[in-house]
Amino acid sequence: MAKVTLTIDGKTVQAEEGSTVLEAASAADIDIPTLCYAKDLEPYGGCRMCIVKVEGIRGMPPSCTTRVAEGMKVTTEDDEILQARRMVLRLLMADHPSDCLSCPANLECELQALTKKLGVREHGLIHLDRQATLDESHPVFIRDMKRCILCAKCVRTCNEVVGAGAIGLINRGHRAEPAPFLGTGIKFSNCESCGECVEHCPTGALYYREPGPEPDYEVSTICPYCGTGCGLVLGVNKGKVIRAKGDPDNPINQGHLCVKGRFGSYEFVNHPDRLKTPLVRKDGELVEASWDEALDLVVQRFKESKGDKFAALASAKEPNEDNYIMQKFARAVMKTNSVDHCARLCHASTVAGLAASFGSGAMTNSIEDMEQAEVVLVTGSNTTENHPIIGNRLRHAIDKGTKLILFDPRDIPLAGKAVIWCRQRPGTDVAWINGLMHVIIEEGLADLDYVRERCEGFEAVEELVKSYTPERVSKITGVPAQDLVEAAKLYASGKPATIIYSMGITQHTTGTDNVKSLANLAMLCGNMGKPGGGVNPLRGQNNVQGACDVGGLPNVYSGYQKVTDPAARKKFEEAWHTDLPAEAGLTITEILEAAEKGEVKALYIMGENPMLSDPDVTHVEKALKATEFLVVQDIFLTETARLADVVLPAVTFAERDGTFTNTERRVQRLHQVIPPLSGCRKDWEIICDIATRMGYPMSYESESEIQDEIAELTPSYGGITYDRLDRGDQLAWPCPTKDHPGTPILHTKKFTRGKGKFFAIEYISADELPDKDFPMVLTTGRILEHFHTGTMTRKSKSLHALVPGPYVEIHPADARHYKIRDGEKVRVSSRRGSIELIAKVGRVDRGLIFIPFHFFEAAANVLTNPAVDPVAKIPEYKVCAARLEKSA
Amino acid sequence: MSNPASRENGVDGPITINGETVRAIDEIVKRYPVAEAALLPVLHKVQDQLGWLPVSALDWVAKRLGLPKTRVYGVTSFYTMFKRQKPGKHRIEICTNISCSLLGAEHLRDHIAKKLNIKPGETTEDGRITFDEVECLGSCGTAPVMLVDDKFYEKLTPEKVDDVLDKLNKDDLEAGGND
Repeated sequence: MAKVTLTIDGKTVQAEEGSTVLEAASAADIDIPTLCYAKDLEPYGGCRMCIVKVEGIRGMPPSCTTRVAEGMKVTTEDDEILQARRMVLRLLMADHPSDCLSCPANLECELQALTKKLGVREHGLIHLDRQATLDESHPVFIRDMKRCILCAKCVRTCNEVVGAGAIGLINRGHRAEPAPFLGTGIKFSNCESCGECVEHCPTGALYYREPGPEPDYEVSTICPYCGTGCGLVLGVNKGKVIRAKGDPDNPINQGHLCVKGRFGSYEFVNHPDRLKTPLVRKDGELVEASWDEALDLVVQRFKESKGDKFAALASAKEPNEDNYIMQKFARAVMKTNSVDHCARLCHASTVAGLAASFGSGAMTNSIEDMEQAEVVLVTGSNTTENHPIIGNRLRHAIDKGTKLILFDPRDIPLAGKAVIWCRQRPGTDVAWINGLMHVIIEEGLADLDYVRERCEGFEAVEELVKSYTPERVSKITGVPAQDLVEAAKLYASGKPATIIYSMGITQHTTGTDNVKSLANLAMLCGNMGKPGGGVNPLRGQNNVQGACDVGGLPNVYSGYQKVTDPAARKKFEEAWHTDLPAEAGLTITEILEAAEKGEVKALYIMGENPMLSDPDVTHVEKALKATEFLVVQDIFLTETARLADVVLPAVTFAERDGTFTNTERRVQRLHQVIPPLSGCRKDWEIICDIATRMGYPMSYESESEIQDEIAELTPSYGGITYDRLDRGDQLAWPCPTKDHPGTPILHTKKFTRGKGKFFAIEYISADELPDKDFPMVLTTGRILEHFHTGTMTRKSKSLHALVPGPYVEIHPADARHYKIRDGEKVRVSSRRGSIELIAKVGRVDRGLIFIPFHFFEAAANVLTNPAVDPVAKIPEYKVCAARLEKSA
Repeated sequence: MSNPASRENGVDGPITINGETVRAIDEIVKRYPVAEAALLPVLHKVQDQLGWLPVSALDWVAKRLGLPKTRVYGVTSFYTMFKRQKPGKHRIEICTNISCSLLGAEHLRDHIAKKLNIKPGETTEDGRITFDEVECLGSCGTAPVMLVDDKFYEKLTPEKVDDVLDKLNKDDLEAGGND
């Protein structure tokens, strides 16, 4: 970027061309007062506080909207400017309440600070209090518009940064104020409760109901929820975590947070229900025990269950280090490869499918990269709810011109932003993807040079998709033929175009087929290995990528080195000084089956809750009860822990160091915010203690030392060290050496497997289709305000207040048919069970119902079908047949 | 705070924007570099067809232009010429800006209000007449002035106003009552 030279208050200043006078002054340590300026928002020029004088320009332009120019001479303060600024303040004060002492923003108010700074004590005008809205509808924050100074930061944040557009300025003059659509309470609007508006408000117009004390200190770390990997700054007061703010230095979220990050990320940490002592089952009851007593029992029983009699569940919520230690324990100490975790239940089909097509089963491009795409195809991802910060960035890109194609049966928030929105029948994804390819090939829009040069197996696909005409696909999927043609043309027109998907694609008995089909589509248009292109599975949990990477899977060691490969096995045997089992172990669903049959006698579960997360939980409960010895290591007494023989209290993410690998393969550093709560221990320490007591000494000084061992044994993590991460290096694997910058985009020159492989795939229907007895299609998923099995989010007061309990979404026409009104109690049944919950009319398509799976009191997974994908063994959470009726 | 579904918010069932309006809107949108710039003329077109802007019309415009609903709502709340309540069959608008005011417009306003038995901004119970007080109608030389539907009446006196209203009633009766 070219530099220009200008003079500000007699000082010669260099500034980037295109930057503003305000930015140039600030860089030169010249302070110009502002009220409506925010670094992350577009210049607005609304408050007139930052006015300056520029030689040759009439009047006093606002420095926030005036661009620098070569030779410009700026005066930021003289008597005239000060007088004008004071007048602005006096006018603001003239209709602002003068009750500073009782205002929630007292001493933090920017208006108050400026009046003090510029010496304005009285406004000297006729006082006219603002007659504005007091909106107390929201459970977390209050909107008191009489304190509003119309800087519009809240409105601009909601539009520009979040992209929700929940508030706008309404009315005019003295009655103007920011308000939701139709001036209703914010709770009834499309507000996403992220709190960005409150964070941006310069006065007491927006404030939290329970602001909490000022922190004694703050520590930056990584959010424990979805796979986005936002940076958090946690504040601590008197040893307790009391608030979360977005980390402005984190390149992913750039200081912004969603509702879960802002409120849910810390409210559970010091919750009184935290487990603080080991529990041991005696006479059928879980009773408190010492660590020694509990671990002695664990060691004794584990010793009896070595080999195939043992299985372990690692955890997508735990850092890389703990997952590495868990799989090492299972393999090296217990001599079994039966270690798996809930990645099996979300993206196993991604790992299997993309590995087959490209050679690497992960997101191919970075989050930032998405903003360079001309066209984005989103399918099976409710991005703004389940990966909110990625969703926000996507909406931002759309506002800047990126075109969105959405395939989703539900009316999700992104639907309103889509150029084309197709509501396919759940379970018909292969058909519509083949249909798009049919059109692209027919219309001559395929990038055949790319296909010839970089890929193989195309001929079979070309032949197969001939029969997937728009008319035939329309019959299968329910999407109008014309929309399919338009969507195909639009996707092919994007140079580049990216594909974003999530569990709507993977959680099917055809999950692997769906993933491979998307890979076909991306290769067909030459979109792989380019900035702004790619196939991008959004990973659901903070460290689901990492837990897979470090070997929390039954068939691979860390870095996807196969346990059946003798060379890899030898390498790990030498590093771990022991012999290792040669056969691949059991997957999570197979572990539970084996447990029910009595083949797996001891099961060690770390930070997972299969009692809510696995399909057909009635069956899961049977299996866990049949397990002779069940050890659960967690932070709360979860539904699964209640069934355990020994419960071991672990620490939360805030009480420890470690690394999470986010959805874009970026390894990020967790920092200990508070010491472990009394009685709790880190997961890896507990496992090492058990191993040592079993005669296989495992001991590490710190998480950093474990990471060094991972780096030594894992080529893709080879160059990742705590030193580099602490220096601020942004490292996405593969990062093989200490001087390697990481790899934000995969498959740039060639595919990891060499050539990209096309797979010709026929459409197969879902395992269980609606019939006379169960006429509805049930699909399940997550919602904005809660996470996974609710273990953490349901302990958060704010999130609980926003969504206190379970519900089922029903189409208005179906609601009329079953005579069900919004808010009424209904019963939903499937072949496997039945639950009662509240009806919520809207969002889904006709014949479809949606139930979030976070709620134990009406667990969606009582109903779901345990049928699995034959390759990836992922269950079909997204389609089963169900019946809906009014509760008696 | 009002109920989102209340009548005061102009909830009045689904709407159909006809082909002619859609074509006109497409022409308007083409003239501007960004969709937001076309918001005012587009709202006018929709109001020309429907006679007012119910909630469903705001939704429709927001979707058509790819704008947040709040932006569309904000703009309609800023300008008084956007009607957010279902208007009567006839529209009477009296200017009360400076010239008209000096020549007794407030008195005329009260006179009309009394005669129609409604306040400015309201519609008669039979849904026949909506009466409003508006900003300058651009005819200060002939003040006080009012607009009845699209017809201009100048140099008003209470008697002249009575005549206009009586004629309006008579015309409606002859046309077959208040449909």
